[in-house]
Amino acid sequence: MKELILIKNGELALKGLNRSSFESVMAKNIKRRLSDLGKIEIKCQQSTMTVEPVDDNYDMEEAIKRLSMVFGIAGFQRAAAVEKDMEVILKTAPVYLKNQMEGIKTFKVEAKRSDKKFPLKSPEISRDVGEVLLRAFPHLKVDVHNPDVTVTVEIRDKLAFIRGDQIKGAGGMPVSTGGKAAVLISGGIDSPVAAWMMAKRGVVLDAVHFASPPFTSPQSEQKVHDLLGQVARYSGSIALYTVPFTEIQQQIRANCPEELFTLIMRRFMMRISCRIAAKNGCGALITGESIGQVASQTMPALACTDEVADMPVFRPLIAMDKEEIISISRKIETFDISILPYEDCCTVFTPKHPRTRPKPEMLREAEKALDVEALVNEAVDNTRYEIIGQTR
Amino acid sequence: MDIYFDSSATTKPCKAAVDEALKLMITEYGNPSSLHAKGFEAMTVLEQSRKTVAASLCAEPKEIYFTQSGTVANNTAVFGAVNSKRHQGNKIVTTATEHPSVARCMDALESQGYEIIRLKPSADGNIPIDAFEQAIDGGTVLVSAMAVNNETGAILPFEKLKAAAKKKNSDALIHVDAVQAYMKLPLNPAKSGIDLMSVSAHKVHALKGAGALYVSKNIKIKPYILGGGQEQGLVSGTQSMPNIAAFAAAVSFLDGIKDRNENVKRLNAYLRNKLEKFDFVKINSPDNALPYILNISLPGLPSQVGVNFFSGKGICLSAGSACSRGHRSDTLTAMGLDTKLIDSALRISFSYDSTEGEIDYFADCLPEAVKLVK
Repeated sequence: MKELILIKNGELALKGLNRSSFESVMAKNIKRRLSDLGKIEIKCQQSTMTVEPVDDNYDMEEAIKRLSMVFGIAGFQRAAAVEKDMEVILKTAPVYLKNQMEGIKTFKVEAKRSDKKFPLKSPEISRDVGEVLLRAFPHLKVDVHNPDVTVTVEIRDKLAFIRGDQIKGAGGMPVSTGGKAAVLISGGIDSPVAAWMMAKRGVVLDAVHFASPPFTSPQSEQKVHDLLGQVARYSGSIALYTVPFTEIQQQIRANCPEELFTLIMRRFMMRISCRIAAKNGCGALITGESIGQVASQTMPALACTDEVADMPVFRPLIAMDKEEIISISRKIETFDISILPYEDCCTVFTPKHPRTRPKPEMLREAEKALDVEALVNEAVDNTRYEIIGQTR
Repeated sequence: MDIYFDSSATTKPCKAAVDEALKLMITEYGNPSSLHAKGFEAMTVLEQSRKTVAASLCAEPKEIYFTQSGTVANNTAVFGAVNSKRHQGNKIVTTATEHPSVARCMDALESQGYEIIRLKPSADGNIPIDAFEQAIDGGTVLVSAMAVNNETGAILPFEKLKAAAKKKNSDALIHVDAVQAYMKLPLNPAKSGIDLMSVSAHKVHALKGAGALYVSKNIKIKPYILGGGQEQGLVSGTQSMPNIAAFAAAVSFLDGIKDRNENVKRLNAYLRNKLEKFDFVKINSPDNALPYILNISLPGLPSQVGVNFFSGKGICLSAGSACSRGHRSDTLTAMGLDTKLIDSALRISFSYDSTEGEIDYFADCLPEAVKLVK
């Protein structure tokens, strides 16, 4: 018996003429993600993709775990591939499905027969397989309407597949079918979630982090690494650009009105991020902003920050509640890292009474006290670059 | 410059300790409970180490119980003492400035129904013995207090605790957490009527992973870690021999440096004198604190930023205590300090080999630190 993984594409199936190119991107992503586990063959046929290990002692558990983090996969199943022989099928089914069948109460068997020359018809296959399973697991009952597990037997051109329930995939679109964008990452709860959501739509991620030593510690930079590491399990490797930000913050503090600190700082972040993003082929910025969450995230405040961005700024969390954001951050396992108590540059010099209804003119006026261009240039020139995560 | 001003968090292991630990890992690796030659070899080292540590506390070897850490020593002492006096009362007198390894035990006992009196220091950081005397009564089963506060260096005249209890007709057990005082102040628990005293190895230039609890031969306490019955049944778990041997080696090493405490006293005075010239520096430690610790504040500069800044200059010091990152100091709060001072507190803690040159460099960096937020 050979075991393989059957993969069901999500939205890809809805694509028209581009479908095969989308599929080949996903196949590449899967290959890369599983590359260190051993040799595999990926085949695309009849609307399903199959991942077939070449070696006998392939780590299927680990492969499944990784595939559950590959975007573009709606669901997948482990399946036993056997000879197209009813005797073999009946012998293999109870052995292969043992683990799944033991913990449940009801099941049904579905048969699919693309090879119409196979001697048994679908209902007959279902009946026979159901019978051996009932005999092997006397505690089970058949429930055709609402079974705990649906066992599928599929007779294909060359082989027959026996498989249990489908496992839910990460959904979305294969990474690198949706362009490339740079996420502004701070270390909080929101930005990793925003990054993950965009990667889910097939977007390749770069990340920009602003560090203000000694106001921020090496631990808070490590935290950003760890957060991106978690996201990279889904998105593939992320290029991280760390921007030295102390000088800019001190200049703002020394020369601008206190109630505008945060917004002026955000505008600098936008300018610098756009510069870095454009240099590296990104088509947009991503932020974790959500409307009304803090003073710098009111609608007028966002308008002020957007004014200086010369590329689209995507804010996937814009209409989400904190609770909803937190539930995603738990799911992608960034929450516990995000809540570690290391300050990020946004919490340095926070004004006591920030402006919630700023006007762009006010900011333009306030920024006249600074040499914006020189400060941006210096920050961009001194930006550090590194790669987080192994595979894309 | 690489300056380590955080010896109250942990110390750099001395060579003698490292050598000894290596020996116990490479050649004398037996389990001291084993009956064969390797076991006997380890047992010999264990008992020799016990003698050395006992001598450092003017105690008998059988009064020394090796533990895995200062925290385990404190937990063993507090829970052991309370459990052995279960039916004699339910009051415990301690302070509001204990290390978490005592404070959290007290919280747990409180939730079990014990009445916990937590004495607060006065504004200078000291806790007067009178306060203990007033709090102790006939139903008090345990008095637990630290000899030297880990954040400010405030010294408690713990030698007077027994007399205070006696005055109130209490036979409460007296536990002293001497982790910060060990090898820095003369300690003689038997003579001072202390029943239980905790110390830790890695604060005295040995390794992390060993501590000791002194238990007076006149009392018996109940174990709270159960198992193979090591350490006379009080602290089960195979003894960490490399750490214990290193512990003894470090104690002997420090013992050989006769003028170490004098040297640090001089350094402390030198630093205090230097700091007088900076009007933005506030000293939080009491005047009569242990010279090894000096707690200061640079109002306006958050502690963590201060730590980051000095770290960038090659100076390791800590914000309050190393064990409570991101949490406002209980000790400084209990002293009633202004939050501005608490949130900008830094702890400088010396080692026997700290130097005036290091202090000069630290003082030279101060104006730049303050400029960050001015």
